[in-house]
Amino acid sequence: MANKQPHFVAPLNETPLLAVDSVTGASQPSNLWLDAWRDMRRRPMFYISGVLILLVVIVALFPGIFTAEPPNDKCYLANSNAGPIWGHPLGFTRQGCDVFSRIVHGTSTSLTVGILVTILTMGVGIILGAIAGFYGKWIDAVLSRVGDIFFAIPYILAAVVVMSVFSHNRNVIVIALAIGVFAWPSTARVLRAEILRVKNADFVMASTAIGVSRTRILWRHVMPNSIAPVIVITTMSLAGAIVAEATLSFLGVGLPSTFMSWGNDISQAQADIRNNPMTLIWPSLALSITVLAFIMMGEVIREALDPKARASR
Amino acid sequence: MFGYIVRRVLQAIPVFLGTTLLIYFMVFAMPGDPIVALFGDKGVNPAIAEHLRHQYHLDQPFIVQYLIYIGGVFVGDFGTSFSGQPVANILAQTFPVTIRLAILALLLEMIVGIGVGLISGLRKGKLFDASALVVSLIFISLPIFVIAFVFQFVFAIKLGWARPTVSGAANWGELILPAIVLATVSIAYIIRLTRSSVIETSGQDFVRTAYSKGLSGARVVRVHILRNSLIPVVTFLAVDFGVLLVGATVTEGIFNVPGVGRTLYQAIIRGEGPTVVSFVTVMVLIYLVVNLLTDLLYAALDPRIRYGK
Repeated sequence: MANKQPHFVAPLNETPLLAVDSVTGASQPSNLWLDAWRDMRRRPMFYISGVLILLVVIVALFPGIFTAEPPNDKCYLANSNAGPIWGHPLGFTRQGCDVFSRIVHGTSTSLTVGILVTILTMGVGIILGAIAGFYGKWIDAVLSRVGDIFFAIPYILAAVVVMSVFSHNRNVIVIALAIGVFAWPSTARVLRAEILRVKNADFVMASTAIGVSRTRILWRHVMPNSIAPVIVITTMSLAGAIVAEATLSFLGVGLPSTFMSWGNDISQAQADIRNNPMTLIWPSLALSITVLAFIMMGEVIREALDPKARASR
Repeated sequence: MFGYIVRRVLQAIPVFLGTTLLIYFMVFAMPGDPIVALFGDKGVNPAIAEHLRHQYHLDQPFIVQYLIYIGGVFVGDFGTSFSGQPVANILAQTFPVTIRLAILALLLEMIVGIGVGLISGLRKGKLFDASALVVSLIFISLPIFVIAFVFQFVFAIKLGWARPTVSGAANWGELILPAIVLATVSIAYIIRLTRSSVIETSGQDFVRTAYSKGLSGARVVRVHILRNSLIPVVTFLAVDFGVLLVGATVTEGIFNVPGVGRTLYQAIIRGEGPTVVSFVTVMVLIYLVVNLLTDLLYAALDPRIRYGK
């Protein structure tokens, strides 16, 4: 185009603001999180799961409030597999221990493992997923393949192998590592996909244009806009970790029997499934209700954060 | 398309090598000396122990052992278990059982999951839908061993409809109860997936067009809604079949099914390194192949998705 034309810039006062253009400054600015929070508080499921989770946390922190019975010390074989009596509402195990007390004291184990695994998978998953998605190219290729390596082994089996390696010093940290090391790739994948979607947005280009550093763009601009799907899977992964701990204990490669754990209780009770099934049912029930509470909370969060899920409600 | 497949296969090679190296390393790090364990209560004969160590390459450094093993895998030799049986034989005995179990579970998932999910989606908000959602949520939350024990106790021990445990032959009939247990969690997911997919499809313009041109309700549901809603469900089923094929450690253990999961679990507990590594190697291969097939299936079902640049 040879014929250069001078730029025409409209004078500022040419098109005055109309009445419809006015903005009411008084109304609350809304965003994804505020909307989600408002949506969640309208749902009965939020309160049910919230109360259950609160209860589980209180039981885990202060087991003494709920039972005065020591879980392991006053076990008399005379009580072996006895039914419920006054003061022992759920009866006794094969070893003559109080079932209710064992369940109450096992809560903190499950919750601790769940929280540790979640911190581990979220930490590793968020860092590696963000780096893979944001920097792309060979970094992405390498990190994605590393994720695939850990993802390709069925994670309960991998955890069984890890627990076998540590057969002499098993504790809460070891079991959390055994589960977490093979569980992080799913978090990383979710975040990577979301960052790939967000990183080409206009506001990222705008930040680059005004000279914001790459690292700062990632953590200050891209991350807050991609973190929602990760939040959604957090409570689900906590539930999954609690189940995984119980499964490993059930398989006999979990925590040593000196630890109070629902998985251990279930594992020990399975021999008595024919003559005393209730010692099997009670810890299973405690486990299932806890997991249900976290999964319900996850559902509520997912439906609040994902507009598509909201539509199908 | 061809280029895409080649690229995927090339990407699978480092994953395969990395996974086998990882599992080999973990098995290598397991405590206990398998050769000493072989002697049991009898005293260890140093000469024989030395000979066995040499025979299983246990006197070589870790990386050499791994390379010898992986070289064998490429020519179809999966090594020998410490009991002297070729691992390939153990694989040949256990995989058919797990495949039978997986097929049964998959059939149940398809029939119950898609059926309930479709009705739920078509009657969104009604009583059936609400109860299906609640029941599926409960089944998602129940750990598999809890479901297994409850079903075993109620259906096998109390009602006597099935045998509590499976015999060595593992016939189709005996595997129905474990297959139901195995299918429950996936059924719950499929119900929810089908339901939301059906709801989404029902709101599309082509469904309204189909109704307004006078098609019967049944035909719209069958041809227009169901077909288009099944794409995510079919891919979920494909992935799930891969998961079922690599064995269900817990379910197989509880029902005493002589399949891959239980055999592998026992091998890990006994510290049988060669068996563990070979089983996991086969599992990883299955995982990689199923993953690739799933992505190709996705493209085949949904004309909007095309791979390869």
